[in-house]
Amino acid sequence: MLIRALRDEGVEYVFGYPGGAALHIYDAIFRQQDVQHILVRHEQAATHAADAYSRATGQVGTVLVTSGPGATNAITGIATAYMDSIPMVVISGQVVSERIGEDAFQETDMVGVSRPIVKHSFMVRDAREIPEVVKKAYYIAATGRPGPVVIDVPKDITSPFETFPYEYPEKVKIRSYTPATRGHAGQIKKAVQLLLEAKRPVIYAGGGVVQGNGSELLTELARKLNYPVTNTLMGLGAYPGTDRQFLGMLGMHGTYEANMAMHHADAILAVGARFDDRVTNAVNKFCPNAKIIHIDVDPASISKTVTADIPIVGAVDSVLTDMLALAKESEETPDAAAIKNWWQQIDEWRDNHGIYIAPRYKQADSGKIMPQDVIKTLHEVTKGEAYVTSDVGQHQMFAAQYYLFDKPRRWINSGGLGTMGFGLPAAMGAQMADRDAVVACVTGEGSIQMCIQELSTCTQYNLPIKIICLNNQALGMVKQWQDMQYGSRYSESLYEDSLPDFVKLAEAYGHVGMRVTEKDDLKAKMEECFAIKDRVVFMDIAVDNSEHVYPMQIAGASMRDMWLSKTERT
Amino acid sequence: MRRIISVLMENAPGSLSRVVGLFSQRGYNIESLTVAPTEDETLSRLTLTTIGDDHKIEQITKHLNKLIDVVKLVDLTEGAHIEREVMLIKVKAAGAQRAEIKRCVDIFRGQIVDVTASLYIVQITGTSDKLDAFLHAVGDASILEVVRSGVSGIARGEKVLSL
Repeated sequence: MLIRALRDEGVEYVFGYPGGAALHIYDAIFRQQDVQHILVRHEQAATHAADAYSRATGQVGTVLVTSGPGATNAITGIATAYMDSIPMVVISGQVVSERIGEDAFQETDMVGVSRPIVKHSFMVRDAREIPEVVKKAYYIAATGRPGPVVIDVPKDITSPFETFPYEYPEKVKIRSYTPATRGHAGQIKKAVQLLLEAKRPVIYAGGGVVQGNGSELLTELARKLNYPVTNTLMGLGAYPGTDRQFLGMLGMHGTYEANMAMHHADAILAVGARFDDRVTNAVNKFCPNAKIIHIDVDPASISKTVTADIPIVGAVDSVLTDMLALAKESEETPDAAAIKNWWQQIDEWRDNHGIYIAPRYKQADSGKIMPQDVIKTLHEVTKGEAYVTSDVGQHQMFAAQYYLFDKPRRWINSGGLGTMGFGLPAAMGAQMADRDAVVACVTGEGSIQMCIQELSTCTQYNLPIKIICLNNQALGMVKQWQDMQYGSRYSESLYEDSLPDFVKLAEAYGHVGMRVTEKDDLKAKMEECFAIKDRVVFMDIAVDNSEHVYPMQIAGASMRDMWLSKTERT
Repeated sequence: MRRIISVLMENAPGSLSRVVGLFSQRGYNIESLTVAPTEDETLSRLTLTTIGDDHKIEQITKHLNKLIDVVKLVDLTEGAHIEREVMLIKVKAAGAQRAEIKRCVDIFRGQIVDVTASLYIVQITGTSDKLDAFLHAVGDASILEVVRSGVSGIARGEKVLSL
């Protein structure tokens, strides 16, 4: 009944791992063709893969795990999806109803354990409830501010020996849940007015624009007004990365021009962004002169850390449509002279320290490969069109800075939770979403080992992802902080000589392994890697291990206070 | 500032734990909490008192509203309202104390609901301040046990919190 409900919900793939309490469900999977199950090697990977499938397609990702350890292993992935507002339904098996609470074998209170990191959860108490619970779960996961929903299913509920009449509801109504749709017309009018009067405007777009399918509208609005746009880590691709009006990412490792523009702005249009601490730096010094318009589907995000002058609660696409219409019909136009001056100022910032105008990092004396060059080469070789997943650390920031995404849903990373181990299973999910696409997982030798077992899943399902491992033989970001704040005392951030031979490791799983150590070989090897269409290629690239990510905001200061290199600061 | 937030929510398993969990998860305080089904058995009414500035209270109400099980809520302290709390208190009542306690109960319009040779059980209803004042008047030395219901509240006038 459960699998039938998933089929009727239109679920194509389920990422999961079987176990005792889920065996009735697995037997039902075996006896049908519509819903395809992807067997991962660890439940965490199932959640990340389903999460990335969702990020790539906009559909709800589906996970199936067993009770106890199966459920708890899924927790990291659920938290990852929760922090990044990704729609996902996680079905967990549970011990039989009458054993619940008796510390039965493989029993965990999944609803309780997952409570702080889900949008909602259900425990099914009667098999007759299954169709409605499934419908509600997908509805809640996908609407409003999306998020993960858990359905905990005791084993007896899925017993094949009892049958019930089945009807899948077409629609579902939840009296206590009415997600925001259209924004308030008066507020939208005020916002457009403020924008048109602005002399130093910045559009600050976050993951909500990607998730809310607002990229095209945002791009149209920005182009119409000729205003600069910056994206958050989660928002990359919401505005075309190679466009002249794009300032790059903002925040802790944002570009100089994006952070300077934010600090000096007089009006900020925040769309689907949540003023995260990695963006604002010290909140009390954030954008001192700016009036802030904040569009978000979640009222609780508005004025949470930074007070909005014009709050607009509504779905991003709907609000942007309304704003665009108003901007078009308005007799007022932006102050052309002021906007011209503003662009001159921005261009001056770009000329001085912009990372897209010229390389702002030195080549290593040792002749080692620079990590930034790896990402630039990746961009060149994949023509900027790949799905890029990443793990967490320096490589993630280099990818965010240097792989300029022109389309939404191509950049898939764990922004909010910062989950190491996300990249490889996420690449699997993205490849499942688009079997013909080029999918690259940018990772480090630290992160990749957190879900390395998934190389086996790639073999089973023939997922030809490309792993671009920036190997600096250390936990790079930890080491960078230890350099900057702890007198270079590398507490537990070095692997010394304990790393595996990744080439052999890849080969052991039946994949292609490549090692690159010479700068001059990088491009040729990368081309060779992406020329192999039907195999996983693991590129182990030795990069300069002393490099830091810059710019880097100075903690406790304003957005404009940044380290620009190891020795240079604003 | 002390606030009384009244929440109408689905009378479903797990609803209460989600509300309570929200407070611990986001570091908000709960001073008191009371919950029971309403005249519509599918709904529970939960009343909680908390302390926080306007910004914090706004966040609390927004996050409560976000919970799927929460149907409606109101911050009663925003308008005129009636609040009541019930207290049962076991006090020593022997010798001269006996009459003194009885007088005190009368002054506070309480009731003595159980009597033994050496103690009374007193029931007092009113605002939390009144209950505090009674405890103060009786004095720590006489008090054996105190149990308070937590605050319940309702808005004055035409305003109704219902579906």
